[in-house]
Amino acid sequence: MLDHIRDLYQEVVFDHNRNPRNFRVMEAPSRKIDGFNPLCGDRITLYLKLDGPVIADVSFQGSGCAISTASASLMTEIVRGKTEEEAHHLFELFHRITTGQDEVANFEELGKLAVLAGVRAYPARVKCATLAWHSLEAALNNEGEAVSTE
Amino acid sequence: MSVSVFPKQAPTVGYDVERYRADFPILQQAINGHPLVYLDNAASSQKPKAVIDAISRVYLQDYANVHRGVHTLSQRATDQFEGAREKARRLLNAAKTEEIVFVRGATEAINLVAQSYGRSTLQAGDEILISAMEHHSNIVPWQMLCQQTGAVLKVIPISHQGELLLERYADLLSDRTKLVAVTHMSNALGTINPVEHIIRLAHERGIPVLLDGAQAAPHLVVDVRALDCDFYVLSGHKLYGPSGIGILYGKEALLKAMPPYQGGGDMIRMVSFERTQYNTLPYKFEAGTPAIADAIGLGAAIDYLGTIGLEAIAAHENELLAYATQQARTIPQLKIIGEAAHKGAILSFTLDHIHPHDIGTLLDQVGIAVRAGHHCAMPVMDFYGVPATARASFALYNTLEEVDALINGIKQLIEVFG
Ligand SMILES: Cc1ncc(COP(=O)(O)O)c(C=O)c1O
Repeated sequence: MLDHIRDLYQEVVFDHNRNPRNFRVMEAPSRKIDGFNPLCGDRITLYLKLDGPVIADVSFQGSGCAISTASASLMTEIVRGKTEEEAHHLFELFHRITTGQDEVANFEELGKLAVLAGVRAYPARVKCATLAWHSLEAALNNEGEAVSTE
Repeated sequence: MSVSVFPKQAPTVGYDVERYRADFPILQQAINGHPLVYLDNAASSQKPKAVIDAISRVYLQDYANVHRGVHTLSQRATDQFEGAREKARRLLNAAKTEEIVFVRGATEAINLVAQSYGRSTLQAGDEILISAMEHHSNIVPWQMLCQQTGAVLKVIPISHQGELLLERYADLLSDRTKLVAVTHMSNALGTINPVEHIIRLAHERGIPVLLDGAQAAPHLVVDVRALDCDFYVLSGHKLYGPSGIGILYGKEALLKAMPPYQGGGDMIRMVSFERTQYNTLPYKFEAGTPAIADAIGLGAAIDYLGTIGLEAIAAHENELLAYATQQARTIPQLKIIGEAAHKGAILSFTLDHIHPHDIGTLLDQVGIAVRAGHHCAMPVMDFYGVPATARASFALYNTLEEVDALINGIKQLIEVFG
């Protein structure tokens, strides 16, 4: 079994699933948003603290599969300190790579996030990987409503 | 508490599962380098060659629209289509073919009853009683009806084991109750409900009962006359037949009094712009060209089941479930969701710290197909406080070796997740 799944479930994914980073409620966030994947019941609450255009702090809570938890955890690590525009750019890149629309050449830009590129071979799981990112996009666009992957 | 008797099980001696497996061409393949172990039968079951052949024979030789032409093909198609209705009547032991309405599936059947029977009889303040273990298709149509009529939806609660609380059911029945709609067998938990008891109590108050037989029909002998249920609904695709075809059984007197559900061709006797006379049963409820080949395919599925026998199938599946349950209990991280005393061949479970979607993806890597999700029963998931479960569901062609493969797969993935 191990051989087949290494592409999707790399050690980084297991690590972030077991010990999600920035997994906490934030006091007085600038933005807070609930994301939901009705297909699998993954839920995420994402908290942002903005300092001008900069994401000064980001955290999340919720329950989901290993892919969605690891993706959210990795995302919080990578977008902290980035500007809204940089985060938006990362969202687009991540989206293209997980849906197989972009080349491996861009993996470098994604850094650790590239471990999730394996979901492209599992179309049913792409939404797990992108839930946190869709929530981030919605939060940055200040869409107060809950986001859904559907 | 008196709960009605469940049918006795026939012995499994002589059940030749390998022979039956050979009837299902799709099972003879490898998935991700492993022999396919198909355990997602509660979502939809695979089709025997007899069904596939019956459908292609219609299109190759006998296809035309039904109930219209005088030509030979139309007559052949009509005969076979109506022949399938007779097979469905026999499957359910209905009194008349007039009581067998072809629909798209259980979902459409329930919507039909809600919009036709419900809308024409319910008033504000009336109550519809369902249970806490219903599929969304036996919840949402009633909610829509409640919005339209001002009726109120009431829910029979369940125990942690996944059984209906029958005292609560008795308490919930009142003069306001106008319909009871419960599942014969739960797709999320496997529970087989004591429907005879449920029907008896409702009938004592003159309340009609709809049974959702989507899960029960492939596993249990259903006799709508012995049950005395008022409506029974099922889907062909879970019964080894095609998707897009299902059955609504309704007692003749009820169906007769109900207004049509949809308007169109076939459901009328005479149309002018001033006035339309509706057709007789069951055609009044079959507007438009039906799923002709699929209905005939469903008939072939019913024939196929008849060659094995539903009692023998049920006994075989019960053996698989008992073995799977016993093996599953040896895995400390595994929790079974749904432990009713009377269960069909469904094993819903969760694993500590491993989300059902990861279970589904990982088992797929070794060729095992299970369902992961809320099984269209979100209220059930809420009740157990889980976002989702993994579900293995067994059919007539599954084997004890496949149960072993499932259990091994689960053990492996627990190891991988560490
Ligand atoms: C108990 C139950 N009721 C109703 C349905 C709906 O059946 P269909 O989608 O074929 O209409 C299902 C299907 O999963 C079911 O399991």
